[in-house]
Amino acid sequence: MFTRLITSALFAGAAAGLIAALLQLVFVQPVLLHAELYESGQLVHFGAAEISAHQDVGGLDPMRDGLSVVFSMLLYSGYALILLPLMSFAEQRGQSLSGKNGLIWGAVGFLVIQFAPGFSLAPEVPGVAAADVGIRQIWWAGTVIAAGIAAGLIAFTRSWIAWVGAAALLLAPHLIGAPEPESFVGPVPPEIAALFAVRALGVGLIGWSLLGAFAAYFWRTSGVTASAPQTSKA
Amino acid sequence: MIKSNTLAAPVTASSKTGLAALLLSAVFGFGVIFAVGLAQADALHDAAHDVRHANGFPCH
Repeated sequence: MFTRLITSALFAGAAAGLIAALLQLVFVQPVLLHAELYESGQLVHFGAAEISAHQDVGGLDPMRDGLSVVFSMLLYSGYALILLPLMSFAEQRGQSLSGKNGLIWGAVGFLVIQFAPGFSLAPEVPGVAAADVGIRQIWWAGTVIAAGIAAGLIAFTRSWIAWVGAAALLLAPHLIGAPEPESFVGPVPPEIAALFAVRALGVGLIGWSLLGAFAAYFWRTSGVTASAPQTSKA
Repeated sequence: MIKSNTLAAPVTASSKTGLAALLLSAVFGFGVIFAVGLAQADALHDAAHDVRHANGFPCH
């Protein structure tokens, strides 16, 4: 059980993390590198000279981008190690676990871990002005936990009171408010920051949806192959 | 023979198991996510920098 759980999660995480990393390198990384030209002061927004929107941000950096691929695969494996036990727990209690259901599990995982905190703490482009990182991390973790509990209540209960509680859990972190900086001193143009945030979320949605589908697939197929020798023996 | 024995074990277990296995897996998951996304050690931060930004973790 444990081995099957871990291997299925790692396969799903590696596959989804690899695809997410490739999408990140194509769609997010150039925006990030563009922002770093402003973060480092190489370009100055509203400086003396008008700055072209089209900058050479450099191509692939094998070391840096290789690390991104490795860490993306690790991160998605971490997601899968939490997502798959939840899926398996639901399966034991009578939920079917098709690839299509896996897709929904993954999309909800995206809503919980990326969209819920991102609603008030948008994915940050390098150089953005922000409050202290420790306080932001606490708010981020609290928001993720609240959204996770809310998702469970919405999906698996049939009571109005639980649904109202879920809505309260979803709204509360944003009504309380995410930690904000004292002043907005970010040097990066808003056009770049907006594009970065939406692309980061878009890649996250694709990565997570695939993660859920892959997790369901590897979980089911590993169950089939594991039971095959037993049937041949009988 | 040995192979079928080792493969049969998880099946009998998986029919009705493993809150402990589920929890242990989730604990590993939290550990990995913490290391990649949240830990502030410089080496980890630098190596995972772009992934943190791209996945919406508070970074700096």
